[in-house]
Amino acid sequence: MSEAAADTPLVEMRGLTRHFHIGRGEVVHAVDDVSLAIAPREIVGLVGESGSGKSTLGKTLIGLHDKTAGEVIYQGQKMPDRYRPVDFRRYARNMQMIFQDPYSSLNPRMTVGEIVGEGLRLHSDLRGAEARDSVASWLVRVGLSPDHMSRYPHEFSGGQRQRIGIARALVLEPEFVVCDEPISALDVSVQAQVVNLLGELKASLGLTMLFIAHDLSMVRYVSDRMAVMYLGSLVELGAANRVFFAPKHPYTELLIGSNPEPDPVSERSRPSTAIRGEIPSPVNVPPGCRFANRCPKVMERCRTQAPELIPVADEGHGHRQVACHLYDAAA
Amino acid sequence: MALLEVSDLHVEFDTYGGTVHAVRGVDFRLDEGQTLAIVGESGCGKSVTVQSFTGLIPMPPGRIVRGGATLRGHDILGGGRIDGKEVRGREIGMIFQDPMTSLNPTMTIGDQIAEPLQVHAGMKRRAAHARAVELLEMTRIPEPAKRAEQYPFEFSGGMLQRAMIAMALSCEPSVLIADEPTTALDVTIQAQILDLMVDLQRENGMAIALITHDLGVVARMADEVLVMYAGQVVERGSVDDVFYRSAHPYTLGLKAAMPTNQGEGEQDLQPIDGSPPDLFAPPVGCGYAARCPFAMEACQGQPPPVYGIREAADAYDHESRCWLHHEDCDIAAEGVHKGE
Repeated sequence: MSEAAADTPLVEMRGLTRHFHIGRGEVVHAVDDVSLAIAPREIVGLVGESGSGKSTLGKTLIGLHDKTAGEVIYQGQKMPDRYRPVDFRRYARNMQMIFQDPYSSLNPRMTVGEIVGEGLRLHSDLRGAEARDSVASWLVRVGLSPDHMSRYPHEFSGGQRQRIGIARALVLEPEFVVCDEPISALDVSVQAQVVNLLGELKASLGLTMLFIAHDLSMVRYVSDRMAVMYLGSLVELGAANRVFFAPKHPYTELLIGSNPEPDPVSERSRPSTAIRGEIPSPVNVPPGCRFANRCPKVMERCRTQAPELIPVADEGHGHRQVACHLYDAAA
Repeated sequence: MALLEVSDLHVEFDTYGGTVHAVRGVDFRLDEGQTLAIVGESGCGKSVTVQSFTGLIPMPPGRIVRGGATLRGHDILGGGRIDGKEVRGREIGMIFQDPMTSLNPTMTIGDQIAEPLQVHAGMKRRAAHARAVELLEMTRIPEPAKRAEQYPFEFSGGMLQRAMIAMALSCEPSVLIADEPTTALDVTIQAQILDLMVDLQRENGMAIALITHDLGVVARMADEVLVMYAGQVVERGSVDDVFYRSAHPYTLGLKAAMPTNQGEGEQDLQPIDGSPPDLFAPPVGCGYAARCPFAMEACQGQPPPVYGIREAADAYDHESRCWLHHEDCDIAAEGVHKGE
């Protein structure tokens, strides 16, 4: 664990829950009772399969979804359960989001200058030439040129658009950024450009990030700590390298075991996949552990009793949290 | 005789903006039971290459300017000629990246799998349907008889991709073309689908041409690898040659841009600066010269020829389209393998 984690957290989620009612009394448990504290200047990577609730967690965290239960504490202050326009105006300066799809998340009818400058217009006193200068300097910072201000999103490649999305999110110099799959839509060579850019900006601005992605190798590379989500709940949390190289939860183990390495020799010796089946529906989730029906180490009590996220010793590497009955006895 | 052989393929597209030179001279051969991976970034021409000999390129605007493709010696590029189509339909199966949009939402899964059997194998409806259920079972779909009656929206992404594989395999093709088959899937489901492809290949000896941009998937699946850039093959070789003895700067660039997970130590990602060239007006010289850390004067003006790289015994040739392999080139390019 990094030293920073010992400080007061910048953002803290306590029992954060988001359910969606989809009619006929059915409820989607998208995010269920997630507690996670993020220290200043820390990058927490959040991984999980599609449908595990990663994006919903990110959106609920910054107020784009209302909270069903639980709370978000930002710098010691409780954030509203349901954001009103005035709340966005009050808090958006501090918390921003970089979206997954650089094709659909930029308004095609606005110029790049308008897209990047919109935050300044709404949340700052900068106007006219000052605002233009700020937008121009941000375009340079993300590797574009001030000349691009009068152009439209369709004139740019995917990597360039993602840079516009980053400039848009960071122009207000927020302290905390949720990056929702910022590189999934990009080619390998461009992914590295964007990841390195985020790394530089983190260093120069002291950013704190929740980095959501499904590319496990990239999350390990980017993050200080890694959180693994399954069907709306956190199942494991610890130092990114430790979670990746020494996973404890059976789901994390299978997830990392499924990740193909760009190394033919190690791939040839890989056993075939142990994980069977697919992520079940988050509608009316069963009692007990949510991973029980796919888990190779399932026990009797897993089907009836939900495991809590508990601290487990991490062999001389600080502590780790795991939600699995295999580790109950040890605790 | 090779099972599938593609030679000197050139494909262009006419657009309002001009002519896009999408594929600029691609050669490869594929033998029974072999897996060939075609790797490259979006826009490098990897999909167009396989679509040209599967008859999926709309013409116009597409045009096969030059080159040929044969399957067991039969010409399969010959325009709209019936025999080409027949051979293609029976001998080549294809699966696509996005199973959600590649299937007909208004037909049951069973009917969609049965359709090629009726068209290409001349089976009657009832027999074709029974065969569809067998195929679903072969791709490890639980309750295949019930699933055959369902529509695509009732399937998850992984199950749809299995159904696509069942459809592609319905006529027992000798070549399976998989265009980014797992890109839209989660890693756990990806691992299941890749395992399934390997199992099916072992059972029926088909050849697989796998298009992907994921080097992890390549390492796992491929015997031979083609690395494509700007419409050309820049490096080819056995999977070990390409990964461990990379002979083209672009291949090295791709490898350096990915995290490797070799130990816990810090590793720097080296992005490839810039972006691929505009294929409306492809560069005169090497397509990669503008982004290449080793670019020389010759690279800008002269297209590099393909150099054979001498290797220890191996079933596949190792080749690189790069001036660094010219006998008079004495530049020490770090990491570029120049042969034994």
